[in-house]
Amino acid sequence: MDFQLSKMHLLQQELFRKFAETEIRPLAKEMDEKEEYDLDLLAKMQRYGFFGIPYSRQYGGAGADTLAYTLCMEEVSKVDASTGITISVHTSLCCSCINNYGTEEQKQKFLRPLVDGSQIGSFGLTETNAGSDVQGAQTVAVKDGEDWILNGSKIFTTNSGFADVCIVFALTDRTVPAAKGLTAFIVDLKHTPGVTVSENIERMGIRAASNCIVTYDNVRVTPDRVLGPVGKGFKIAMGALDCGRIGIAAQAVGIAQGALNEAIKYGKERKQFGKPINSFQNTQFKMAEMQTKIDAARLMTWRAAIAEDQHQNFGPLAAMAKLFASDVANEVCRFAVQAMGGYGYCREYPVERMLRDAKITEIYEGTSEVMKMVISGSMKLK
Amino acid sequence: MKIVVCIKQVPDTAEVKLDPKTNTLIREGVPSIINHDDKAGLEAALRLREQVGGTVTVVCMGPPQADVALREALAMGADEAYLLSAREFGGSDTYATATIIAAALKKIGFDLVITGRQAIDGDTAQVGPQIAEQLGVPQVSYAEELSVADGSVVVKRQFEDQAHLLKVQLPCLVTALSELDEPRYMSTWGIVDAYGKDVTVWGFEDLKDALNPEWIGLKGSPTNVFMSFGKQAKAAGAVLKGLSADEAVAAIMDKLIQRHII
Repeated sequence: MDFQLSKMHLLQQELFRKFAETEIRPLAKEMDEKEEYDLDLLAKMQRYGFFGIPYSRQYGGAGADTLAYTLCMEEVSKVDASTGITISVHTSLCCSCINNYGTEEQKQKFLRPLVDGSQIGSFGLTETNAGSDVQGAQTVAVKDGEDWILNGSKIFTTNSGFADVCIVFALTDRTVPAAKGLTAFIVDLKHTPGVTVSENIERMGIRAASNCIVTYDNVRVTPDRVLGPVGKGFKIAMGALDCGRIGIAAQAVGIAQGALNEAIKYGKERKQFGKPINSFQNTQFKMAEMQTKIDAARLMTWRAAIAEDQHQNFGPLAAMAKLFASDVANEVCRFAVQAMGGYGYCREYPVERMLRDAKITEIYEGTSEVMKMVISGSMKLK
Repeated sequence: MKIVVCIKQVPDTAEVKLDPKTNTLIREGVPSIINHDDKAGLEAALRLREQVGGTVTVVCMGPPQADVALREALAMGADEAYLLSAREFGGSDTYATATIIAAALKKIGFDLVITGRQAIDGDTAQVGPQIAEQLGVPQVSYAEELSVADGSVVVKRQFEDQAHLLKVQLPCLVTALSELDEPRYMSTWGIVDAYGKDVTVWGFEDLKDALNPEWIGLKGSPTNVFMSFGKQAKAAGAVLKGLSADEAVAAIMDKLIQRHII
C-alpha cells in the first residue's frame, strides 16, 4: 500500500494548482457576484485538456486516470467550487455515460468532441418531482417510426446554459416503474428544435456555475442518439452518479482545504490580545483537527478513485467519500468564517463564498441521506 | 528545423532564503522550477515549430532530480529530452558547463539552439554565449522577439535604451529573455505523454569523445567562488520637498559632497 502520488500525478497536481492560482483565483469573486461563468476561462481549460482527463487517447481524451481527475477537482475547487462542478458534471456525469455505454460509433461521434475540448456536456435526470426519488420522473419519449419524440422538463441541469450536449433520461415505458422504464438519449442542446434552456436558477452557492431548467417540447431524437439499451437508463444514470460522487468528494476536499488555507493565512497576520490569533492554542488545536479531517476525506476520495481505476466495485467507497468529505467541507468552512470573525463574514474574503458553496456538496449527485442508503445497502444488514 | 533548447532547473527564488552564517542558498524545502528565461525560450521554440515544422529537443545538465524539469518541458510539448548528469560534471563553472553542453549539442545536432539569457540562481549570463563559442556558431543574446525566414533567424535584441534587429544565418544560438514569450501551461495529455517517453541520460562516458576531460568539472573550471555574501541593506534616503529646480540641484550637490561621493 502506497499513499504517495506518482511523479506523473505530482506533475498533474502542479499543473492544476498553478493554473487555478494564476487563472481561476483572480476571476472567482467576480464570477460569483455576476452569477455567470467566464467562457474564456472555460475555453482555456478545454485547451489544456481539463475536460477529458480520465478518458482514452483513442477518443481524444488525456489518457490519464480518475486519480488525476480528483487532483484537478481538488485544486480548482480550492479557489472556485463553481469551476469544480462545471468540470465534474461534464466529465463524470455526461462523458462517463457515453464512455461506458456508447457504441464505438457513438464514442467517435459524441464522446470525442466532449473529451478533446471542443464541446461541453451536461446531464438531465432530476425533475421538479423527481429528485432523490427517480420514480417521480415524468419526461417521456415515444417512438415515431425509427425516431423518438421527447416531451418533459428537467431541472437543475448543470452546464446547460452553455452546454452542447445533454444526456437526457426519459421514460420509454410507462407501464413499469421508472427504474425499468427509463432510457438515455444524447441530445444536442444547441441545434435541436423544441429544446428551451431557461435563465440561470438563482442559488445560494456555486453561483458562477450554469444551472437551468431545460424543457423538451416534441424534441425529435434519431436512433443513433439512443444511449445503451432501451429501458436501461436508470442503471446508466446510477453508474454515472457513482463516478460523479468521486468528483464531488474531491470538490468538497478542495473547498475545505481552500477555506482552511485562507484561515491559516489570515490568522498569521491578524492580531488580537497582543498576538497573532494563530499563536493561541485554541486556534492551533482547531486547525489541527480540521487538517486531520481534510486529510482523512482526501484519502477516502483517492481510495474511491483508485478503486474505479482498478475496475473494482467503487460505488459504496465513492458514497462514503462524498458523505464524509461534504460534511468536512461544511465544518471547515464554518470554522474558517468563525476564525476570521467579522472579516470572514465579509465578501472581501473568499471564505463566506466557500461556506455558501460547501452546502451543495451535501445535496447534489445524491444527498447525504442517499449516500447512507448506498453505504448501508452494501453492508448486508438484512 | 531542429531546435534544441537548453534549460536549467533552479530553486524558485521567490521562496529562497540565504543562510545568514554561510551566505549560501538554503535549498531544502524550496521548490525547483525551470529557469524563467529558459522557459520563455522553450515557448519560443514550440511556437517556431508550429510555424515552420521540425522538432524541439530539450537539454538539461544537472543532478538526477532535474528529470522533472525535462518532464515538464515534454509536457509543454517538447519532442525529446536529454539529461546530462555525471559525477564528473559536478562543480563545473560556466566554462566547464558550456564545454559539456556543447559536446552534447554536437552529438544531438541542431539548426537553432536557444538558451535562457541567464539563470536566476547564478545570474552570470555566460553559459549561452560560451556554448556558441565552443560550437563555433554565431550568437545573438538578449532576444525579445524571434522569427525564422529563409534559413535565417531574425532577432530583436534588447540593448540598454534601444533594440537591435539582427538577421543571423542558421545554425546559430540565441539567448532568450523571459519577455520573449509567455510560456504555455503543461497540458493534461502532455503530462501523460511526458511520462510515457524516455529521457535520455548521458553521463561522462557518453560525452567523453566530444570534449576535453581536462576542461570539465571542478578541476576543469577556471573560476572558483571564494565567498558569497548577502547585499547590505542601504540606509533610507532623504526626501527634500518644496524646492525649486535650482535649489534642488544645489541641495543634491551638497549631499553628494558631504558623503564624499563627488
